[in-house]
Amino acid sequence: MRKLALRRIAAMGVTLLVIVTLSFAIIRLAPGGPFDQEQALSPAVRANLERLYGLDQPLPVQYLHYLRALAHGDFGPSLRQRDFTVRELLAQGLPLSATLGLIALVAAVLGGVSAGIAAALWRTAGADVGFATASALAIALPGFVTGPLLALVFGLHLHWLPVAGWEADAPRYLVLPVLTLALPVAAYLARLTRASLLEVLRSPFVRSARARGLGAVRVLWRHALPPALLPVVSYLGPAAAYIITGSLVVESVFALPGSGRFLVQGAIDRDYPLVMGMVVVYAALTLLLNLAADLACGWLDPGSRHE
Amino acid sequence: MPSIHASAEGEGAQAPLLSLAGLSVGFDTRRGRVMAAAGITLGVHRGECLGVLGESGAGKTQVFLAVMGLLGPGGFATGSVRFAGQELLGQGAAALDRLRGAAIGMVFQDPMTSLTPHLPVGAQLVEVLRRHHAIDRREARARALALLTRVQLSDPARRFGQCPHELSGGMRQRVMIALALSGEPRLLIADEPTSSLDVTVQAQILALLKDLQRERGMAMVFISHDLGALAGVADRVAVLRAGSLIECGTATAVLKAPRELYTRSLVRQAALLAGGLPPQGVAGLTPPAHAGAALALEAVSVRFVVRRGALARALPLIALHEASFALAAGGSLGIVGESGGGKSTLARAALRLIEPCAGRVLWMGHDALALAPQELRRRRRDLQIIFQDPYGSLDPRMTVAEIVAEPLRVHAAGLDSLARRQAVHALLARLGLPGELAARYPHELSGGQCQRVALARAMILEPRVLVCDEPLSALDLPTQEQIVSLLVQLRQESGLGLLFISHNLALVQRLCERVLVLYLGRMMELAPSARLFAAARHPYSRELLAAIPSPDPQLQPQRLAHVALGEPPSPLTPPRGCVYHPRCPHAQALCRERVPAWEPAGEGVEVACHRWRELA
Amino acid sequence: MNEAVPAGGFWLGARQRLSANPRALVALAVLVLLALLALCAPLLSPWSYDGIDWQHLARPPGLTAAHWLGTDRLGRDLLVRTLAGVRLSLLISALATALSLVIGLLWGAVAGFCGGRLDGWMMRFVDVLYALPYLFVVIILTTLFPRGRITVLLVALGAVGWLTTARMVRAQTRALRRREFIEAARAGGLSPGAILLRHVLPNVLGPVAVYATLIVPQMILSESFLSFLGLGVQEPHASLGNLIYGGTQEMESAPWMLLVPALFLVVLLTCLNLLGDALRDALDPRER
Repeated sequence: MRKLALRRIAAMGVTLLVIVTLSFAIIRLAPGGPFDQEQALSPAVRANLERLYGLDQPLPVQYLHYLRALAHGDFGPSLRQRDFTVRELLAQGLPLSATLGLIALVAAVLGGVSAGIAAALWRTAGADVGFATASALAIALPGFVTGPLLALVFGLHLHWLPVAGWEADAPRYLVLPVLTLALPVAAYLARLTRASLLEVLRSPFVRSARARGLGAVRVLWRHALPPALLPVVSYLGPAAAYIITGSLVVESVFALPGSGRFLVQGAIDRDYPLVMGMVVVYAALTLLLNLAADLACGWLDPGSRHE
Repeated sequence: MPSIHASAEGEGAQAPLLSLAGLSVGFDTRRGRVMAAAGITLGVHRGECLGVLGESGAGKTQVFLAVMGLLGPGGFATGSVRFAGQELLGQGAAALDRLRGAAIGMVFQDPMTSLTPHLPVGAQLVEVLRRHHAIDRREARARALALLTRVQLSDPARRFGQCPHELSGGMRQRVMIALALSGEPRLLIADEPTSSLDVTVQAQILALLKDLQRERGMAMVFISHDLGALAGVADRVAVLRAGSLIECGTATAVLKAPRELYTRSLVRQAALLAGGLPPQGVAGLTPPAHAGAALALEAVSVRFVVRRGALARALPLIALHEASFALAAGGSLGIVGESGGGKSTLARAALRLIEPCAGRVLWMGHDALALAPQELRRRRRDLQIIFQDPYGSLDPRMTVAEIVAEPLRVHAAGLDSLARRQAVHALLARLGLPGELAARYPHELSGGQCQRVALARAMILEPRVLVCDEPLSALDLPTQEQIVSLLVQLRQESGLGLLFISHNLALVQRLCERVLVLYLGRMMELAPSARLFAAARHPYSRELLAAIPSPDPQLQPQRLAHVALGEPPSPLTPPRGCVYHPRCPHAQALCRERVPAWEPAGEGVEVACHRWRELA
Repeated sequence: MNEAVPAGGFWLGARQRLSANPRALVALAVLVLLALLALCAPLLSPWSYDGIDWQHLARPPGLTAAHWLGTDRLGRDLLVRTLAGVRLSLLISALATALSLVIGLLWGAVAGFCGGRLDGWMMRFVDVLYALPYLFVVIILTTLFPRGRITVLLVALGAVGWLTTARMVRAQTRALRRREFIEAARAGGLSPGAILLRHVLPNVLGPVAVYATLIVPQMILSESFLSFLGLGVQEPHASLGNLIYGGTQEMESAPWMLLVPALFLVVLLTCLNLLGDALRDALDPRER
C-alpha cells in the first residue's frame, strides 16, 4: 500500500515538473516579451532592464532561478498589471475561489449521493423516468447556461437572490454560484450511486447476507453501500477537477473576484507569467486532489490493498 | 404428469419438515412471463438429505430461492411451501428474516461472489451469530472460532481477520458453511456447493457436509448436476428437468434402478464418465508402423516473473519444471492434476504459445524453439488446440464460416473462395453441425455448438496433433458425451494424435492410452491409463483417484469417510524436496530433503517418488 | 444460451434495438433537422450572420416580425447567427473528435498489442499528459497562438482528447490479447500484424464507436466554454458560446439574446446525449 502511494506521489512530481517546465518555456520563449509593448527602448536601457530581470543569463540558469523562485512561492511579476506580482494577485482571489469550490464539492457529494441512494431504493416507473430525465438535463447543461438562467429567474424576476457581485460576509452572494457549480456534479454522482448500488444489490453476496437472516437495513448499510460507493470515491478526483475548471465560468458569470477571473483575463491579455503561475497552482491542486482520491480508493478497496 | 408425492415409501406417520405442494416459480421480464419451474411437489423430513438432481437451467436453484423468499427482481411464486407447519409464501419481510438463517440456512454455489468482499471473515460470522443469539461480542468471537474449527478451516485464528479474497476456494466454502450453520438451522439447503472446486477439495467438503448433517440432526437439501456428488450424501433423490419433477425416490432406487428414461440416460452418462464402462475402442488403436514422435518435450521448464507491486522484488514462479514426454503419431496422452498444477502451461509450451525457459520442444522431429518466425507459423498447421471456454475461443465479430475458413486463408492460399466454402461446409457436416449455422455468430450458438466450431477450425487443415485444454468442463453432461464421441471418431478416422488435459480423471481414462500426472508443475507419474487406474504408483495419483466421485450410492458414502485433508501450496513457495510431501501420507525425512528422481517402474510406468517400491 | 437468436448477428441486433427506442429516434430526428437547418440557413434567409439591419436594432422575437427570433444590439438576425453557431460547433467538434479518435486508436492499439517496454513508455507518455488539466492546456495553447484561428482550436481540442481514447483502446487491446481466440489465431499461424488487423481492431471498434458518442458533446461543450470566456471563436463569427456570453451581458433588457442560443445549445447537447445513451444500450446486448 505504501509502495502504491510512493509511486503515485513520484508520478505527480514528474507531472508537476513537466508543467513547470512548460510554464517556463512559454514565458521565456513566447512572442510578445515584456518590453515589446511600450515604445522602443534604447539598447542600453534594454540591456539594463534585462540584467535586472535576469534575462541575460543562459536559459538553463534562468530555468533554475525559476524553479527556485517557484519553490518560494514567487511567480514573478505580472506582465500587464505592472503594479502587482502574480503572487499578490493570486492571494487576492484564491481564498474566495477555494471557499466556493469546497462548498460546491461538499454540497454536490451530499446531495448527489443521497439522491442516488433514494433513487435506487424507491423504484417506480415514474420515478425512474423522472430521475433519468432530470439527471441527464442537469449533466448536459453547462455552467455558462445554468448560471445566467438561474440568475435570470431567481435574481431578475423573483428578486430572491443577488444577480451577481460579491460582498464579504454576505453568504447569499454565494448561493447561485454554488448551485450552478454543484448541479452537474451532483447529478452525475446521483446517477453513479444509483447504478452502482443497483448492481451491488443484485450481487450474490447481498443475497447470501439476506439468506443468513440479516435485516434489509443492516445489509444495505454494512454490506451493500461500501462497495457501491467505491466508484463515487474514485470519481471525487475528477469531480474536484471539474469544479476547479467550472469555477472559471461561474466567477465570470457572477462577477466574483476570485482567481479564476484573473486567469481568464490573463489569457486574453497574453499575460504569460500570470497565466502560467495560475496554471501551476491550479494544476498542483488538481493533481493533489486526484492523488488523495486515488489513495482513498486504494485504501478502501480490499482487493487492491493486497496486490 | 402424475404428482409424485415424496413420502410414497410409507413413512406416513411423520410429517415432512419442509413440504412443497404445487410450487411454481416464474419471472416477469420485458419479454413477458417466463416460468422457471411448475407444479413441484416435494417433502424433506427431519434428519434426511434430499438430493435434487438436474442439468443447469432445470430450475433447481430457483425453486429453493423461492422457498427462502430470495427470488430476484420480477420473480414470483405460487402454490404452497410449508415449513414445520407454517406457510412461507406470502410472508412479510420481517417474518422471513426471522426464519432465514435461524430455521433454514443456505449455502450457495460460488463462494467467491457469495461472501461480502470487504468485510473480514470473522466479522461476518460474529455479525450473524449476534443476530441469531443474544450474546456479547466476546462470546460471539469464541463461538465463531469454534465454528471455523469445526468446518476444518486451517489456522482459524489467522483466517478470522482475513478477507474472502485471501482464502482459497475450498476455505471460502467452509466459511460459507460455517455462516449457514451459525443460526443453528433445522434445514440446510446446499446449492451446488462443490461445483466450482477441485476434485480433492470437493471430496472433503462433501464429507464435511455429511458429517455435520448427522451430528446436528439437520435436514438437508443438496442440489447438484453431479450424480457422483449426490450419491455420497443423499438419502433420497428428486430429479428435475426443465422445471418439472420427473422422478423421486430413495437414492438407491433412483440412481441404481431409475424408472424414467431421462433419469436413466443421466445415470448412464455419469457411469461412463466415471469409468464404469470400458473405454470404447481407443486403447486398441495401434500407432502406424513408422511412428516417430509427433510431439516430444525434453526437460521443458516454464518460468513466470511475478511482481507484487511495481517496486517490489520480482519473484520467479516455476509453472512447469522439466517436463518430458513423447506423443507418438496417432497416440493419445492425458494430462491430469489440480488447477494451478501446470497443465495449461504445459499445453501452451508444447505449442510454443508460451516460451519455455529451458528444454527442447520437437514437432515431428524438428526443434520448434529454433524455428524462424515465418517457418514457425508455417509449421503450426500440424498442431492445433481447442480451449476450455467455448465462447472465448471464437472471435465474436466473425461468422462461423469465416472462423473455420481462416486457417485455409493462411495456409492454403491457393484455394479460391468457392473451394474454401465447400471445404468448410463439408467439415461442418462431418462434425454434426447443420449448414445454416455457417452464417451465424458465436453468441447465437450453444456452448456445445461453439466447441464443435472450434474443433472444426482446428481440424480443417488436418493436423497431426490436437491439444485439448479442458474442453468439456464448461459443458453439460449430454453435450460432453457428444464431444467425446466426436473426438473418438476423429481419432479413429484420421489417426489424430491427442494431448488431452483435464481434471476429470474418468474422462481421461476413456480417451487416452497414457496419462501424465502433474502436481505443482512437476511430473509425478506417467503410465498407461489402464495401469494407472488399476494400480497407481504415486501417492498423489492415488489421492486423485480416490477423490473421483462414484455415482454408486452404496459405495460413495464410505469412500467419502476416508478422505484426506490438505490444500495445494502456493507455487511461489514450493516445498523443499518432493513437492508433494506436505500432503503425502507416506512422507519421510528423505522426502522432505531430496527431490525424487524420475525413474521407470516397469510395465510402461515412470514415477518420481522415493518410496514407490515399498508402496506397491 | 440455448435459445436461438435470429440470424444477422451483432450489428443488425444493435440496429433493431436502436430503432425500438422512441427517445433515440426523436433525438436523431431533431439532430438531423438541426443539422439541415444549419447547413441551409445561408440559402434560405436573406440575412447573413454579420449583416446589420439598421431598422431593427435589439428587437424581440415574433413570428410576424421581420426577424423571427429577434435581433441583437447590433441589429444582426439572431436566428441566422444561432444557426451559424450550430454549424460551427458541429463542424469543430466533429473534426476534433475524428482527430482524437484516429490518433488514440492507433496509439492505444499498438501499445496494447505489443506490450512490454514499448507499451510502458507509450503509456507513461500518455499518463503524464493526461495528468495535465485538460482545459488549462487548451487555454495555454489558445493563449500562445493568435486567437480565433479555427485550426488552433481544433488542434487544442483534438490533441488533448486522444489521450482518453488511447487509454481505453489500450485497455481493450490488452484484455483481448489474453482472449482465447487470439491464442487460437496464433496457433493457426497468423502473423502478429494480421492478428492486429483482422481480430483486434474490429473488436475494439465497438467500444470506440460508443466512446465517440460521449466525446462529441464534450467537444461542443469545451468549444462553447472557450468561446464564452473569449478564448475561442471571436467576433464577428458566431459560436453558441460567444452568443450566450453576449446574451449574458444583455440579460436584463433583452433576455431573448440569452435564451435563444441557450435553448439551441441545450437541445443540441440533450439530443446528442440521448442518442449516445441509446447507442450504448444498443451495442451492449446485456439486458438492463
